[in-house]
Amino acid sequence: MKFVAAIGRAVLDFLPAIGRLAIFTATSLSHCVRPPFYPRLIGRQMLDIGYYSLPVVGLTAIFTGMVLALQSYSGFSRFNAESAIATVVVLSVTRELGPVLAGLMVAGRVGAAMAAEIGTMRVTEQIDALTTLSTQPHKYLVAPRLIAGLIMLPCLVLVADIIGVFGGYLVGVYKLNFNAATYLANTWQYLETLDVVSGLVKAAVFGFIITLMGCYHGYNSKGGAQGVGAATTNAVVSASILILVSNYLITAIFFGK
Amino acid sequence: MTTAPKIRLSGVSKSFGPKHVLRGVDLDVSPQESFVIIGGSGTGKSVMIKCILGLLQPDAGSIEIDGRNVLKMKASERREVMRRIGMLFQGAALFDSLPVWENVAFGLIQGQRMARRQARDIAVEKLAQVGLTADVAYLSPSELSGGMQKRVGLARAIATEPDIIFFDEPTTGLDPIMADVINDLIIDCVKKLGATAFTITHDMSSVRKIASKVGMLYEGHLIWHGSVKKVDDSGNDYVDQFVHGRADGPIRMPVKKA
Ligand SMILES: Nc1ncnc2c1ncn2[C@@H]1O[C@H](COP(=O)(O)OP(=O)(O)O)[C@@H](O)[C@H]1O
Ligand SMILES: [Mg+2]
Repeated sequence: MKFVAAIGRAVLDFLPAIGRLAIFTATSLSHCVRPPFYPRLIGRQMLDIGYYSLPVVGLTAIFTGMVLALQSYSGFSRFNAESAIATVVVLSVTRELGPVLAGLMVAGRVGAAMAAEIGTMRVTEQIDALTTLSTQPHKYLVAPRLIAGLIMLPCLVLVADIIGVFGGYLVGVYKLNFNAATYLANTWQYLETLDVVSGLVKAAVFGFIITLMGCYHGYNSKGGAQGVGAATTNAVVSASILILVSNYLITAIFFGK
Repeated sequence: MTTAPKIRLSGVSKSFGPKHVLRGVDLDVSPQESFVIIGGSGTGKSVMIKCILGLLQPDAGSIEIDGRNVLKMKASERREVMRRIGMLFQGAALFDSLPVWENVAFGLIQGQRMARRQARDIAVEKLAQVGLTADVAYLSPSELSGGMQKRVGLARAIATEPDIIFFDEPTTGLDPIMADVINDLIIDCVKKLGATAFTITHDMSSVRKIASKVGMLYEGHLIWHGSVKKVDDSGNDYVDQFVHGRADGPIRMPVKKA
């Protein structure tokens, strides 16, 4: 009986949490489209999310592309399918690994920082101070971050795609001794617009998820430094899980015929 | 005494789960009065201010500002009322992502959409009013001492020239001299603006200096209020004990005896 009660309690705790998140999301989105806007803040967030994530995302992408080429070579050479390596690399990177790995890295970098910053503002009453200075926290803090995430993640992923393919090319040409022109031709041959577009759509959704989770957990943090720490962890964990779940759903929508 | 109260609380109650913090607070503050609330730590003084400011939603009761119930207002009307209110937070609550001058000018730039250059001039002027020089204006709040942060917080609270200013423990954690400086600044600013001041404190020297009326909050009720002159012989044992800072008396601190 105790066990059932525990499950029941967990469900009852879970439902209002979903409701709170839904209200938070709706409020924030409505502030995204209603003036006043804060171009200065949006710009700063775009710089923070996009530009400063480039090294992390670039490194992730290049090694992913490299290892993909290496692994598929060792597998495909067993049945003489080496020529498929370039295609495997470009499709894996643009469709899946580019957006997902970039998303996860940015969740760790940006989502955590956002939750910590907004959480600290919450526990030091800076968010209350915003309200007393006739500024709506959702509009001032949350909306610029959501907009910046939505715009910058696709840009990052586009860069990651290019760098990832380049990583595969490096290994293919310099380690596995493919002909450079053939490798490039194989790369382009089977690549379709939809492969890249689906990856960019994923990136936009991930950007929204990351910034939303960072803001939501920061905004609702309580209880001093410990609370902010918990908010940071929750932001990263929930963003990562939501990224993986939504990745499956989007893939199913695009390719799951 | 026929003036309508500036702020009127009737039966304001607020609980957090099973914890009843405010249990029906009734309170009138007249225009241009300096009302000071005293009471022990954790008696709900900050919660009361947050209810008036709309940062917390009371469970019951009404809060009137200039005779209008703010709890029944639409959000946009409420923001209009809030525009004429300033607040100094207990921990100053400065925005650490912005330089000092933008903190002071925040209500002007974001709330009133004033041009940044003009707002900066006003900010520097307000900083001078609280005794800070213009070179402080470009520092980050984290580079300031506690006393300077309180002063910046004060400058921010008065920058929009509000009608009502709230001060939450303005002198707590400051040395006696800095505390006195802040007290003087509060008196100054409030006089200059002709504003109504509502202060929370448990510093009796501060009470004697800035208050015209005093109220004491205890166990969720306003148990006594009156002119500051009467605070020493209020005839109320609770007030007496607090004013004289005695451990013995009707107020029991929840301290375990070994
Ligand atoms: N947001 C909150 N959630 C739960 N409890 C709170 C909250 N804010 C204040 N409290 C509780 O209300 C009581 C009064 O707090 P407060 O008004 O800050 O005291 P003080 O009179 O020292 O300013 C405290 O016991 C505190 O634990
Ligand atoms: Mg307090």
